[in-house]
Amino acid sequence: MTGNGSKAVIEVADAKVSFGAVKALDGVTLAIMPGECLGLVGHNGAGKSTIVSVINGGLTPHQGSICGDGEILARYGINAARARGVRCVFQELSLCPNLTVIENARVLHRHLGGFGWRTRAKEVVERSLDAVFPGHGIASDRTVGDLSIAERQMVEIAMAFSDAGTTPRLIILDEPTSSLDASLADRLLAHIRRFVAAGGSVIFISHILHEILTTANRIVVMKDGRIVAERPAAVWTEQSLVEAMGSVVKGEAHRRKARDLADAPVVVEQTGRGMPFRARRGEIVGLAGLAGHGQTRMLMKLHATASADWLPRRDPAIAFVAGDRRLNGIFELWSILKNLSIASLGDLAVRGVVNSGAETERAGEWKRRIEIRTPDMANRILSLSGGNQQKVLFARALSTRAPVVLMDDPMRGVDVGTKQEVYEIVRQEAAQGRTFVWYSTEMEEVCLCDRVYVFREGAIVAELAGDAVTEENILAASFRAEAA
Amino acid sequence: MRLTVSADAVRLTIPALALTLLLAAVFWLQPRAMSYIGLNLLFNLAVPIALATIAQMLIMAVNDLDLSMGSFVSFVACVAATFLRDAPLVGTLILAGVVIVYSVLGIVIHLRNLPSIVVSLGMSFVWAGLAVLLLPAPGGQAPDWVRALMTMKPPIAPMAIVASIAIAILAHLIVMRSSLGVVIRGVGGNERSVERAGWSVLATRAGAYGLAGIFAVLAGIALVGLTTSADANIALRYTLLSIAGVILGGGEFIGGRVSPVGAVIGALTLTLAGSFLSFLRISPDWQIGAQGAILIVVLALRLLLNRIESGETGR
Amino acid sequence: MKTLERLSRRPWIWSWVAVFLVWFATIIVTGGASTLGLTQAALTFAAFSIIVGIGQMFVITLGPGNVDLSVPSTMTLAGTVSLKLMDVDNGMILPGLVVAVLIGVAVGLLNYGLIKALRIPPIIATLSMSFIVQSAAIWTNRGLRIKPPGFLAEFTTSGTLGVPNVAIIALLISLGAWFLLERTIYGRWISAIGQSMPAARMAGIPVDGTRFVTYVFCAVLAALAGYLLACFSGGAALNMGSEYLLMSIAVVVLGGTAVAGGDSNVPGIWGASLFMYLVVSMLNTYGLGAGIRLIMTGLIIISVIMLAGGRQPGAR
Repeated sequence: MTGNGSKAVIEVADAKVSFGAVKALDGVTLAIMPGECLGLVGHNGAGKSTIVSVINGGLTPHQGSICGDGEILARYGINAARARGVRCVFQELSLCPNLTVIENARVLHRHLGGFGWRTRAKEVVERSLDAVFPGHGIASDRTVGDLSIAERQMVEIAMAFSDAGTTPRLIILDEPTSSLDASLADRLLAHIRRFVAAGGSVIFISHILHEILTTANRIVVMKDGRIVAERPAAVWTEQSLVEAMGSVVKGEAHRRKARDLADAPVVVEQTGRGMPFRARRGEIVGLAGLAGHGQTRMLMKLHATASADWLPRRDPAIAFVAGDRRLNGIFELWSILKNLSIASLGDLAVRGVVNSGAETERAGEWKRRIEIRTPDMANRILSLSGGNQQKVLFARALSTRAPVVLMDDPMRGVDVGTKQEVYEIVRQEAAQGRTFVWYSTEMEEVCLCDRVYVFREGAIVAELAGDAVTEENILAASFRAEAA
Repeated sequence: MRLTVSADAVRLTIPALALTLLLAAVFWLQPRAMSYIGLNLLFNLAVPIALATIAQMLIMAVNDLDLSMGSFVSFVACVAATFLRDAPLVGTLILAGVVIVYSVLGIVIHLRNLPSIVVSLGMSFVWAGLAVLLLPAPGGQAPDWVRALMTMKPPIAPMAIVASIAIAILAHLIVMRSSLGVVIRGVGGNERSVERAGWSVLATRAGAYGLAGIFAVLAGIALVGLTTSADANIALRYTLLSIAGVILGGGEFIGGRVSPVGAVIGALTLTLAGSFLSFLRISPDWQIGAQGAILIVVLALRLLLNRIESGETGR
Repeated sequence: MKTLERLSRRPWIWSWVAVFLVWFATIIVTGGASTLGLTQAALTFAAFSIIVGIGQMFVITLGPGNVDLSVPSTMTLAGTVSLKLMDVDNGMILPGLVVAVLIGVAVGLLNYGLIKALRIPPIIATLSMSFIVQSAAIWTNRGLRIKPPGFLAEFTTSGTLGVPNVAIIALLISLGAWFLLERTIYGRWISAIGQSMPAARMAGIPVDGTRFVTYVFCAVLAALAGYLLACFSGGAALNMGSEYLLMSIAVVVLGGTAVAGGDSNVPGIWGASLFMYLVVSMLNTYGLGAGIRLIMTGLIIISVIMLAGGRQPGAR
């Protein structure tokens, strides 16, 4: 490698990033040295993906500086990062599914062009695949869309390690082993060690703790946008990592009294991989675990089985509160009023004709009850702040007669005051016999639930009830220890 | 090496099979069609349709759609039958100009994030208007060299077949083998990752539109070469035919999945569908219907094959 | 002042402003001599594109990718078959109408059937369907030109109190469409689906049922327009619908309906349809040909979408 031995490849100093009211990064200082593998762990919302975005140039911190090889980088962006040899393997697939492996290499490496690029691209990508996953068996002329998920992930990782002009110096791997089987994962880990030994740097994020413990040189634990612990890997144990990710008990004041619902009738049930899911009348069931481990998919499945596609249902069986407001929540062209009433129009209409008087009245009721801050419910929904839009979505679901309400992490990016108001309403409604299935990435909310299912790798791996619903237990179940 | 049948190959099999079946049926019904002249008659009009289909395919590769293909080809035909014959320099300049217009449309559509359907809808009126201005009544005459080229009698196979193969090879080289083609399809497949790798999506889209313009211009010239004269409505059906040809040949509306070879086969199949009926002594009334039916059958077959495939490898 | 401001924010107002401008420009040249005739002719010819355009508008409201390309062939088939059935017999008017509507229902049903069964985009489904329907029309027509029943021919070409009868029918249909859009659950549903299909599904809207009804509705309106047009023009012609493929989409776009879906309005269809006809007659009075008219139409469509594209709701 070049002779800058002791200088950090990339160094982030006192980076602060906030999205609205949420502080995603609250003064993080992190340096990645050449020849080291940095393990990064933390629960949802700890700030892992934000710091990764800052390092790969996708996000400019609102405060703080970025240095590379000892010099301050004023204009740092995706292209600058790539030019410095920073590569990132995202959790979401970043290949073009309609192109072959070779063609994807061509897209990724801009300078491969010219006559005979196919041969060069083939050589680059195959050399890397052979190095990282010996005996991979992936023909490089296959279309990416035809590959299995594991094969795609292998290609993606190999692309990051591939060298065509700019040598990769820092590779960020965000859950790289999530769809690889054990032997492939071992090969990857072995390659990471070789790469690091040769002077490269890696940032390694994984929910499988022993992978981190055996591969990283140094492990950083993040929580609430801050680095809370940083020690050499040898000093850590699985136990101490889980403990460090948790916090001093907080939110205990919100704890609800344990309710005995064992006799209440089961209203929702689903079996699949892992433990069966069951929710009783009047129960608040939490879905926990790291984001993207199958919680939303299960909510979608629950919703699909209980809703009709062809004929309207007389009695709605299930209501849904979206977390991704833009994707499957609000109707952007509409007023607050219409957004609120869309799910319960059946109750507000006679023979298909909407009774606008009743609609306005119903909306007024909910405006008071859930305190939607707007002078006029006829205003556009986009005139509201994110938190108030979310309240409208709550009101939409709660104003139906559906006995079951599904919530898909609806509190992301919502301010504290709104949260407390909504918690209170959820509690009241549950007391009146409504069932809530609540997926949340925030520990505080999960701890409000009567019972919690913890998800890992697409399946329910633990069920916690009553006093067992603690941060420690949830963390232990979300991160896979070797024994599990 | 183990045998891997890619989904793309499967996609290509169905239209190829459809074409073979149709051709076999035609030969069986009318063995005399299996001759140089017979084949030329069968596929006579395939060349301009194939070119227009390739043009449409390029637009569809970047997830757009061109509703002005028919009126654009008509317009080019009118230019070819007037200016290109009488004042070759002016004619060439006009045609080069409209190719640039196509590129600019791509740029505008990308910059303002406009729906390509509506923009090309508007353009279809513009091209139709220009065509009417040029040739208010059917007329004009094809340039002699174009006429000579289209009625050439190469050895072994008739011109229509030779030209179709040449078009398929050329389009394959551009779209499937060249770097530009890869990036164009990459934009269709995953625009964000192409952008993340540092490419200009704007330039790529402009390139795709410009290439489409060139192929559509060639379609118009080829058409005039076959019909000898032009009129403003000569190719209006090409809008729908070109879309159908792309889909028939294994292309898709979104995701950058296109196949130039498939598109040419699709165009040939659509051309043959009409002749096939006349051999069956079914009235030519059903020619268009047969094209629609073939489209539906091929799409159904594709769905079926996809189902079988995903049933086997799904997990 | 405030009403003026609110009015200026209505998407349909611009097409109406354009209509009056063009109308005046034409009147001025002719010295007001043909004011009544011009207005009546405009209403008559616009009526057909209004009826077809409303159906297309409902489909476009369903969101990106939703367009019914089978509109022209449906018009032709409905016109041909119903005239053949009525066979110049005044007593068969009602059965003829019923058959036209049934043809619309059948085409709509098959359209959505294809979309669902083959999981293909609506454009391709309606495109393949249009090929087949067009062939069916050619086959039934066989080059014969059957005259409409005398009463219908008289009815469609005359007026009541100076207003053309076809325009009155278009008005009734428009009122019905407006009511559906603004006052009923169904109207809310198609708007919701057009804004975001996943969000509509998660709000408990029966998405498939709603889309299905919409495709049937569009095809029925096209069939109805075909029936009226065939009677108006004294017989069905094979190319009678072809003009309406692009026209039906153009009036929707010009009328201020969001191309991205979710937002539609009926008055705009009227403004745009009248405008499309008046531009023709204005350019005719100025002695300009069809070529210029087509070019202007195209440029207007493009500028409308450029302006509308600038204030996309998603862009904030």
